[in-house]
This record gives sequence, structure tokens and C-alpha cells, in this order.
Amino acid sequence: MADERLDEQTMALRVAKEFQDGMIVNLGFGIPTLCSNFVPPDVEILFHTENGALGFGSIIQDPEEADIDFINAGVQPISRQAGMSLFEHAESFSMVRGGHIDLAVLGGLQVSEQGDLANWLLPGKAIGSLGGGMDLAFCAKRVIVVMAHTTKDGQLKILKRCSFPLTAPACVDLIVTDVAVMAVTPQGLVLQEMAPGWTAEEVQSLTEPRLILSPQLKPIELL
Amino acid sequence: MAIDKVVGSFDEAVADVADGATLLIGGFAGPGECPSCLIAAVARKGAKELTIVGNLGGWGTNLFPVIRERMRNLIAFPPEFVDHGLLVERGQLKKGIFSYPDAPSPAMLMPVERAVAEGKAELELVPQGTLAERIRAAKSGIAAFYTPVGPGTIAEAGKEVRQFNGRPHLLEPALGGDFSLIRAHKADRYGNLVYRGTSRTFNGTMAGASTITIAEVDEVVELGELDSEQIITPGLYAQRVVVRPARLPPWDEPL
Repeated sequence: MADERLDEQTMALRVAKEFQDGMIVNLGFGIPTLCSNFVPPDVEILFHTENGALGFGSIIQDPEEADIDFINAGVQPISRQAGMSLFEHAESFSMVRGGHIDLAVLGGLQVSEQGDLANWLLPGKAIGSLGGGMDLAFCAKRVIVVMAHTTKDGQLKILKRCSFPLTAPACVDLIVTDVAVMAVTPQGLVLQEMAPGWTAEEVQSLTEPRLILSPQLKPIELL
Repeated sequence: MAIDKVVGSFDEAVADVADGATLLIGGFAGPGECPSCLIAAVARKGAKELTIVGNLGGWGTNLFPVIRERMRNLIAFPPEFVDHGLLVERGQLKKGIFSYPDAPSPAMLMPVERAVAEGKAELELVPQGTLAERIRAAKSGIAAFYTPVGPGTIAEAGKEVRQFNGRPHLLEPALGGDFSLIRAHKADRYGNLVYRGTSRTFNGTMAGASTITIAEVDEVVELGELDSEQIITPGLYAQRVVVRPARLPPWDEPL
């Protein structure tokens, strides 16, 4: 029996270790948003939000202090920060489409071994929403998907081919789950890190494509 | 006769929104950036067969109390807030062109989802950046453009695909309207506009992308009070300006 899976905060902490000084980073809904809590202390990055702000501060927790004219794409109130800039939507997506976003962290429903991402249409829904995720998946310089390794009812999410409609083909660079960290490479998915207590066989049993074991395979650091 | 774009009432400002009109409706998803009074005026006027272009599909009045409660710990939506979901609920929509039409929870159904399921409206789903750029193109006199976003996905359907720099691109047409209904912070009588914070969003993009742009603002100031260096939307893009009250009245009261 495999050990426990990582919680969402720990997954976010692991993703935040990818933040490098000077990066422009866009965080999607859900677990990606949590990554802003774990920016390493010696790293300065600027967060971009689709609705038109760059370099904003932390998410305001007390609705009494919120200003309805300062929100992120998840409609969470954001704090103003020195150096923040504001812009309209076409400008915001010039930044995305023009390749000016260094890193996008997105949620996922399915990821394939080629790095195809499906995250916009929930099973059983007639209508889905593309939002800004498609633009980011296609055009950010680097895309990290953070998600549970399998669905709540045990369906595989890391597949040879996605069965759900794609957000973007061959766009994902790194997959961080509650069980493992995997890089998408031309040779296939490389298992780089595993949650403490897990074996490569156990991770493989929850993953459809064959995993290539990294020579540097190690446990995910939890601090 | 001096230039003066300030209109006395919201009902007057939308009086010529006819059946079959295409409306670009600003805002993103929060309470601050939504032109609620203009939307309410279009609902009161009752124009039908509208094509509505916007980010969200719109909550409408039935779902709004649920959302308001759900968002209570994040941000306060004013009690009388309405978005273009109101127009969908009232059967005024023929076609929606949206980036985010469905509810974020499978347990909820947005009015446009219901209207499409019942065969009462059509939906065109557009990636958000492509939507913004199609609107910008209309404002800028660009008929169409090639974008790298969308090949190999639902966004490719019916589009020309062409290679540039070894990468497939989709040909996307400009998307303008008869009316842009937008929210801004301050205006002067020339129609110069400034916005507050992230409320610029699609409002700033849609200004000038329709034959008539109508701005719902907090305040009209004297010429010269807006710093020329800081004006975001130059006045030629806005044809009408209406001041909204500090407190929103119920949507069905004349305003």
C-alpha cells in the first residue's frame, strides 16, 4: 500500500520551487493560485493576471479590506504593490501571445505523454469555458500542470492520449501531482521525483504511459 | 455648439438599441467592472434577438444570490448588481460570443447554458485572448489576423490554418458591434476615459470597437481635470457618457 498523497498546499510548494528570480508568472484557478504563498524568499517574481495587472501583491483574505476594482482572474481581491502596472485585456493577451509570460501554472483534467493538455470541458457538461487557459497553454514559455494524479474515483489522468477535448497539444513541460513530478520529453514522461514512501512501480500503476526513470530520481522535498 | 457626450439617463443612452443589435458588453467577472446600469436599461428597453459579446455568459438574477453568498468571504457584490445574464434570462439573446460561458461548478447552470440547451440561443466559444484581439482588431480597422492560439483544438473548427515561422496559425476575424457598453471611472465631456484598477479589462478593449460606445462612469469632471498624460481611452472612442448613482437601484426602475 502506497503512502499518503501530498495535499494541495504541498503540491503548490513544490511548484513554487520552479520560480526563478525575475520570472513573469501566471497562475490559473485552484491549486495554481496557492503557489503564490510559497515564493522562495530570495526570489523576486512578478505575477500576471489575464484581467489586466502585472506585479500585484498578495490575495486579501478579509473581504472588508477588499477593493472590488482590484481582483485577479479568479475574482479574488488582490493588494496593490509598488511597481504594479494595469492594462486592458488585449494588452494583457499581447503579453501572453507574444511570449512574454515565462511560466504558466495550470490545472489539468488530463495530460498525455506528448504533453497535450485537456482542462476546459468537464465530463458530462454540454458547454465548457476556454477562458484564458488556451492562450496561456499555447504561448507561455513554460507550462507546468499541477493536479491530482488520478480522479477522485480512481480514473487515470496521465494518459497515452487525452480522451477529453484538448486545451493545447504538446504544451506541457512539467507535471506536478500529489504523487510525482514528471518532465515531458521527446522520449516520453521522465519520472523525476516521487512523494515520500512511494515506489516507481506504484506511480507507474497510476499512470498509463510508460514512465522513464530519471537517473536522479528522488523524493519530493516537502520543505 | 460645444462637444458634450454626457447623456442624462441610462434609458436615453440605450434608446436606439434595436432588435438584432450586436452589443459588446464590458467587464470581466467581478462586481467592479460590470456596466450594470447600461445592461439594466437594455433589459428595460426589451430589445430582442441580440448578439452579445463578452467574457462571461452572465449570472443573471436567479443565480446571482447563490454567487453572492458563495463569494461572500472573498468580495462583496452590491445587492442590486446585474450582469448580461439578465438579458439572457429575459429571452433577449439570439447569439452569445463568450470566453467563459459556463458556471465554474457543475452543480450550477448559467442562463446561457440553459438557453442553448433549450435551443433558444446559439453560442460561439472563443479563447479569451483571441476574443480580446478580435475586438481590438475591429477597433483598429484590421479585418482579420493570424494567431498561434487554437490549432488542433475546438478553436480551429471552420478556420483557415496557415503556417508562419514553422507554426500553425488560425485566421480570426475582427469582432465589432453596434454598441459597446462599458464601465469606466471618470470621463469628461469629450468622452476621455480613465478606469480604476483591474476594471479596465474588456472595458478598455471594447471602447471604440462599436459604432456607438457608451460609458457608464462614476463621475464626469471638467475638461483638463483628467491629466492628458494619464487618459487611457481618448475621447474619440466614446460617443456617450452616463453617470451612475453611488448605489444601484433595482434593475427594473427607470434610471
